[in-house]
Amino acid sequence: MNQDLKNHINEALKKGIRLDGRKKEEYRKIEIRTGVVATAEGSASVKCGDTEVIAGIKLNIGEPYPDSPENGVMMVGSEMLPLSNPEFEGGPPRIDAIEVARVIDRGIREGKTIDTKKLCLKKGELVWMVMIDVLPINHDGNLIDLGGIAALTALKNAKMLEVENDKVVFGKRTKQDLPITSMPLPVTILKIGDNLIVDPTNAEEKVLDARLTVSVLEDDTLCAMQKGGDTSLSIKDINEMIDLAIKKSQEIRKKLQEALAK
Amino acid sequence: MTDGKLLVKDKDIVVPGEVLASGMGYLPGHGTYRDNDKIIANRLGLLTVDGKVLKTVPLAGRYMPKRNDVIIGKVIDILMSGWRLDTNSPYSAVLPLKDASFSYIAKGADLTRYFELDDYVVVKITSVTSQKLVDVTCKGPGLYKLKGGRIIQVNTHKVPRIIGKKGSMVSLIKKATDCKIIVGQNGITWVNGEPEMEVITVNAIKMIEEQSHISGLTDKVQAYLEKTTGKKIEIKIEE
Amino acid sequence: MSSKYNKRTNDRKFDETRPIEAKAGVIKKADGSAMFRIGKTTAYAAVYGPRELHPKHMQDPKKGLLRCNYNMMPFSAEERVRPGPSRRSKEISMVTQKALLPVVNLEDYPNAVVDVFIELTETDSGSRCAGICAASIALADAGITMKDMVVSISTGIIDHQIVVDLDGEEEHITDLDVADIPIAMVPSTEEITLLQMDGKASKEELLKSIEEAKPVLKKIAETQRKALKEKYKG
Repeated sequence: MNQDLKNHINEALKKGIRLDGRKKEEYRKIEIRTGVVATAEGSASVKCGDTEVIAGIKLNIGEPYPDSPENGVMMVGSEMLPLSNPEFEGGPPRIDAIEVARVIDRGIREGKTIDTKKLCLKKGELVWMVMIDVLPINHDGNLIDLGGIAALTALKNAKMLEVENDKVVFGKRTKQDLPITSMPLPVTILKIGDNLIVDPTNAEEKVLDARLTVSVLEDDTLCAMQKGGDTSLSIKDINEMIDLAIKKSQEIRKKLQEALAK
Repeated sequence: MTDGKLLVKDKDIVVPGEVLASGMGYLPGHGTYRDNDKIIANRLGLLTVDGKVLKTVPLAGRYMPKRNDVIIGKVIDILMSGWRLDTNSPYSAVLPLKDASFSYIAKGADLTRYFELDDYVVVKITSVTSQKLVDVTCKGPGLYKLKGGRIIQVNTHKVPRIIGKKGSMVSLIKKATDCKIIVGQNGITWVNGEPEMEVITVNAIKMIEEQSHISGLTDKVQAYLEKTTGKKIEIKIEE
Repeated sequence: MSSKYNKRTNDRKFDETRPIEAKAGVIKKADGSAMFRIGKTTAYAAVYGPRELHPKHMQDPKKGLLRCNYNMMPFSAEERVRPGPSRRSKEISMVTQKALLPVVNLEDYPNAVVDVFIELTETDSGSRCAGICAASIALADAGITMKDMVVSISTGIIDHQIVVDLDGEEEHITDLDVADIPIAMVPSTEEITLLQMDGKASKEELLKSIEEAKPVLKKIAETQRKALKEKYKG
């Protein structure tokens, strides 16, 4: 990493200006669309600046985990597609893709977004499995937040499948929604020098000192967090970052509701 | 010789496989080829009808190193006898010790004192072999290591337009924003100035990049610069 | 020979494709890119390069390498597709590369690689053909020198009736013989660069189906060109 460039970004941030002219707490223009994939039970695409993420939901029936026989199963997958950025190569998911998937997963899981009790078909034997895949088409930063928004929108957009003889009838969607009870929005705050910013681009992510992702529920309570970056955070930093995350989650939530109302 | 029939117009955007002319009356130039009695485009570009010659000015595509081009390279490796530079092309370049500085660099010296990894350097291409081995020099007027500022990447084919005739377009931007700007032939561009002025500079460059094939561009850029900087710019430039 | 398949399940004419939509330059990070949609099959393609090829021993000083990668997104089929390469996706990646190779001037890029990544977001048959169509546009969008853009469509023979652009429903007809024939062609020369067949047909039927695909392929070529030109419209 070019220290010169980092200093330069930092100097501009001190004056409140980012590389692309945005203010520190300003998101790029966000555009949310639902039902973009015919083969998915639910889907959404989120465009924010040059970043475009697509999320799709697939359902199946399977066995529950032995320690929670009455609960449906959910998982989140992600990959850094080499199609979406020149720096990515093919091969098994890299640690950054695994982190994106796990942080989105944690928010949805701990926010109790899906009422998994309602996804039980036969206790201990058959439950619904909800598989959420989040993939970048064009990766210009902020994949956790935008992937999280896409995943939640896709869940809201999804319809259950028909069941015959304990088996899923693929392609036969019912009118029934998934049991979605909350919308925990992940908001990532980046720390560069002494500055806190939101919705980073690739270039900004490359010079970050630390970051904190906070998943925020409707009532401003938090349900998941992830600290990243090589530098430590002070309690004061964390305090400010959470405040900012809550504030931004409220703004994004409005956009999300507008998109879902369409 | 049979007459040729032109099937497209001058300044049309043409795509690979598009038949540009039939008959033997026209000649294939850059970006086109002859297939029997047809001339066909083999690259996305803007068509130029130059007398009887049909050629295209490319609109996209990566930079290909050319001798005497002044480019901005990025140090990606420190070698025994010099540095390896990324040239924003498929081919990296070598900056040999003897071409790095006017002062003598002893063998075994700490090369990072001159250039470190990730440094950006304005260099001139001294040779390109048929195998695409590229050598560059940092000795000469206007060739040096860049300090501060930021790097943006622009379409290499739009560089002449961004620079303008005799540097007129880039001068216009410099005058309006007081930024230092260096546009490498390889599309790597360095901008250094006040943060808000850098943003205006980058936006103006992007505007030229995206609308380079549209007429009246200079006026548009000037209007944009005047509006955003609040300055009246009083130079008349030719396109 | 009269066919029992005298009306298509989708009410299309025998030589009618599903609605087609194409767009160039949809992925900003890529050197060239495109989206190609035919019915409910959507392919995205991104081209990166020519760029430096690693490992070095793969470099060829005479010409560049064209590398293609076809992948289905996990939610792009009725049943979730496990991420990562499969035997099927590897084979399709290979035939895609072979389909595109004859048009690309790789001599212009010695020692380098041109990478083509194809991702299917949704599929309803014809995904390799859609991928090839998207890849062609993306290569042209990346400014790669190429003598033409390859076009591709799947034709079919259902109980001796030739139909163009099979969809999933037709492919899964079980009470009649169905042959699925993906074809790719260089429109200016009519050279065939991809030919596969799944199912039974006579030699005459096969050759006839290629003939009948030609006008459709040429129409798709027009759509590809329009997509590229559209990108540069004021």
